[in-house]
Amino acid sequence: MNHADCEVFAQRWTEAIVGTSYVAMGRRMLARHLLELTQQLVEGFMAAEFDPSVGRDVGVAMVEKHFTGTDTLKETLALIAEWLPGLPTPAPPRGDVASRVAQLVGSLAAGYASALRERSLDEQDAIYRAGLRARRQAEQALAASEAKFRAMFTEAKMGIGIGDLEGNITDANPALQEMFGYTREEFTRLNVSSMVHPDDAASVWEVYGELVRGERDHFRMEKRFNRRDGGEIWTDLTVSLVRDEGGAPAYQVALLEDVSERRRLQAKLHHQAYHDPLTALANRQMVTERLDQVFAGPASQRRVGLCFLDLDGFKVVNDSLGHDVGDQLLKTVASRLTRCCGPGQLVARMGGDEFLIIVEDTGGEADMAVLADKILSALAAPVRVGGHALTVRTSIGLVERPVADTNPADLIQAADITMYQAKAGGKGRYAMFDQHRNDSEVADFTLSATMVAAVARGEFYVVYQPLVDLGQGTLRAVEALVRWRHPTLGVLGPERFIRLAEESGSIVQLGHWVLARACEQAKAWRDAFGDAAPLVSVNLAPRQLHEPSLVADVIQVLADNELDPSSLQLELTEQSLLGDDAGPLTMLTKLHGMGVRIALDDFGDGYWNLPDLRRLPLRELKLAGSFAAGLQSPCNRVDQRIVRALVDLAHALDLTVTAEGVETLAQCERFQAAGCDTGQGAWFGLPGAAEQIDALLRAAELRDAELRAADQLCNREAL
Amino acid sequence: MERSSWASDDVDIEHASPARVYDYYLGGSHNFAVDRQMARQAMELWPELPLIMQANRAFLRRSVRYLVSQGIAQFLDIGSGIPTEGNVHEVAQAVAPEARVVYVDVDPVAAAHSRTILAANQHADVVQADLRDVTAIFDHPQARRLLDPTQPIGVLMVAMLHFVPDEADPANIVGQYRKMMPPGSYLAVSHATHEGRPDQAGSHTDLYRRAGAPLTMRSRLEVEALLDGFDLVDPGVVFLPLWRPDSPADVDDHPERFTGFAAVGRCG
Repeated sequence: MNHADCEVFAQRWTEAIVGTSYVAMGRRMLARHLLELTQQLVEGFMAAEFDPSVGRDVGVAMVEKHFTGTDTLKETLALIAEWLPGLPTPAPPRGDVASRVAQLVGSLAAGYASALRERSLDEQDAIYRAGLRARRQAEQALAASEAKFRAMFTEAKMGIGIGDLEGNITDANPALQEMFGYTREEFTRLNVSSMVHPDDAASVWEVYGELVRGERDHFRMEKRFNRRDGGEIWTDLTVSLVRDEGGAPAYQVALLEDVSERRRLQAKLHHQAYHDPLTALANRQMVTERLDQVFAGPASQRRVGLCFLDLDGFKVVNDSLGHDVGDQLLKTVASRLTRCCGPGQLVARMGGDEFLIIVEDTGGEADMAVLADKILSALAAPVRVGGHALTVRTSIGLVERPVADTNPADLIQAADITMYQAKAGGKGRYAMFDQHRNDSEVADFTLSATMVAAVARGEFYVVYQPLVDLGQGTLRAVEALVRWRHPTLGVLGPERFIRLAEESGSIVQLGHWVLARACEQAKAWRDAFGDAAPLVSVNLAPRQLHEPSLVADVIQVLADNELDPSSLQLELTEQSLLGDDAGPLTMLTKLHGMGVRIALDDFGDGYWNLPDLRRLPLRELKLAGSFAAGLQSPCNRVDQRIVRALVDLAHALDLTVTAEGVETLAQCERFQAAGCDTGQGAWFGLPGAAEQIDALLRAAELRDAELRAADQLCNREAL
Repeated sequence: MERSSWASDDVDIEHASPARVYDYYLGGSHNFAVDRQMARQAMELWPELPLIMQANRAFLRRSVRYLVSQGIAQFLDIGSGIPTEGNVHEVAQAVAPEARVVYVDVDPVAAAHSRTILAANQHADVVQADLRDVTAIFDHPQARRLLDPTQPIGVLMVAMLHFVPDEADPANIVGQYRKMMPPGSYLAVSHATHEGRPDQAGSHTDLYRRAGAPLTMRSRLEVEALLDGFDLVDPGVVFLPLWRPDSPADVDDHPERFTGFAAVGRCG
């Protein structure tokens, strides 16, 4: 058999079957492979001992190389059947050639079919196994995922509930069961709609509706629920919508965390922040917020009232009976106050023994007066504490206004001020806020508060009023008087601010400032007019007499201005010397001893005590202006006698006497007749600038010079 | 409680899978009735499909041999399908026995079968993943075991990218792979096209869309654009049989009948 024949056949075979099956071979390799099969076939065909199974082998080999296309078999069999019989045979094969070809072709087809069937079954088996494996893996993954979920569901400390879109609860985890007190079976008989709490905001069920309709995917809020046992729990609730693969709402999952404890703590802290621990009344913070609420709403015609109470003498109870008794007293007062009040009335303890009641929507001041009366009678009965029967008295300040006209701060301030007015008015009573009184108190307060700064700014100045010798008509002394040139109120006299200065204590600085200015002026006059310079009289406020440094200050000022102490007079009132304190008298005695003149001012006004005139180290008595008024009428002989008697008494005690408030010639003459030494008042000159006194002094100088000249002339003439 | 939907059963043998349909075209039996039904429908419309698939498979063989000849010793075959006759590790390891191959397919059945076949092969393994999960693929333990990130790699996307619609931005996906490929690496691509047989393309596309695996045929220019950033190896983007044929006789008189483009690009 010719090798070349085989090659030709293999080539034809290649051409016939290329593309009919996918084999992992290029064309050259394919031809080489088919040549091997061709030689195998030819050898079998030619064999002396013919065995058709060689065809089977070739068929099997083809399938092994993945000649799996049916066209491959068709082309192969056709080619073999056509080509094999024409092969030149060196020795005639035994038997029939046609029979050998048929057997070979049949055997190849059978081998091919059998191998392909095996291969297909194997591959089918493999792919089914792969499918099963893949599915099992997916199921395992799913089971693992479900197991994880189930573990999470069961073990979670957070409550988890699952429901359908109709709100039927389908599952609840143990945490949720414990939280609500329902078993899982009981839960599955519940519907979400039955979990409404009476205090739910309307929005809760609005967002829930949006969720189950698929309009939102989740919501979160704090919501209250009732437990099975009727108890209430607060939860931090998150509800999520779970959708199916197509995106349609499928079911809902709720996560609940029990936040009741936190809410309780918050409520407790909130209560503590707004309540007084002793009396359990509202505290100042609550008052502030409640008033803010009252004023936050539309004012329209609303009115509001405050009742500010302060127990009278509570400090005495605390100090004498102890704080426990004081605390018990406060608690009793608190409960009595609470009983006096109804809805719309908030009772608060502002601190210490101060209480405040806010009354909303009052009809007028009368309402507050009714409340105050009620409180006063409620507190009238003695309070029994630890064996003591304590009588409680309280001062009450009331204020009542339209909401539109005021604000919380002003309202409280007004009630507070009014309470102090009630206290000042005698305690155990109430006072209603008085706008005029308040305005003047506010003005006083403003003046008082700005006084020290005003001294520093130079708003104060000193004027001088002459004291004239009634016999000679000459200037004997000047009284230094302080004025305040207020930037907005104009010039203010001492009556407007001295009392305030005494109350605030700034009188000490102001008094010292006046003393220093007056002494500087005294030195100026001394320098200009020598012995003709007037005595300078300066007022001393009661408070100044309690300043330990007074004597030293006076000495210092005198020294600064090289003044003799006898050129200074200090005026004081009898009031300054009231009280047990020996200090003032000691200081006066010292000043007196130094040579400083001490004058008793305004003698005859109000309280007078004749023995004082002897006891005190005085040099001058100044009769109050009321005597001058009494001497205005010529027929009032009684007044004239009293004045004469006082002047005689003063003179007996070696005191000079000055009449104050002398405004007319008649008065002047009557005081003169009564023996008064000097006069002061409009008749002699109003308080004025130092220059005014300069003019008087220069006029006197001139007059003296003329008199001297006249005397000389007379003397010369006499000679 | 009902089975949760977040762990869905993703093994679907009720629908044809491109991997098994491809196996059927190549004469294999790693397929189910549903796959064969789909393949037969397609072949009624387009009798040459088996030939085209053979040509595609032949390109895979030639490109792998070419890459081995260029010194590539590790392969990443994306969309590897059923590891049927003439698969990458057989072709590569026939020439270079130490060559390593990582197959990637999203089809769980294909992946499971690959795992069985490769169980005894230390140098090849399979990763079940989506083409788009680029970092997940490179970070997969099997990929890290087999692929040396310092050495050039042969990435194969044979009959793969036409399953990625334009909306998924296939050029961007290819770009992500390019960034992961060390210099000297290669990308081999074959891609279905309507150029050559515009009359057939529409109905074929419809068929795949109905089967749940939409097909996007692309023009030569579009295929070139997918390979942006790679230096194309001669002869560039050509019809399947024209890419470095074993012999001139392998080239049909009408290569455009094989309605797929083939190309190999190199990372600079």
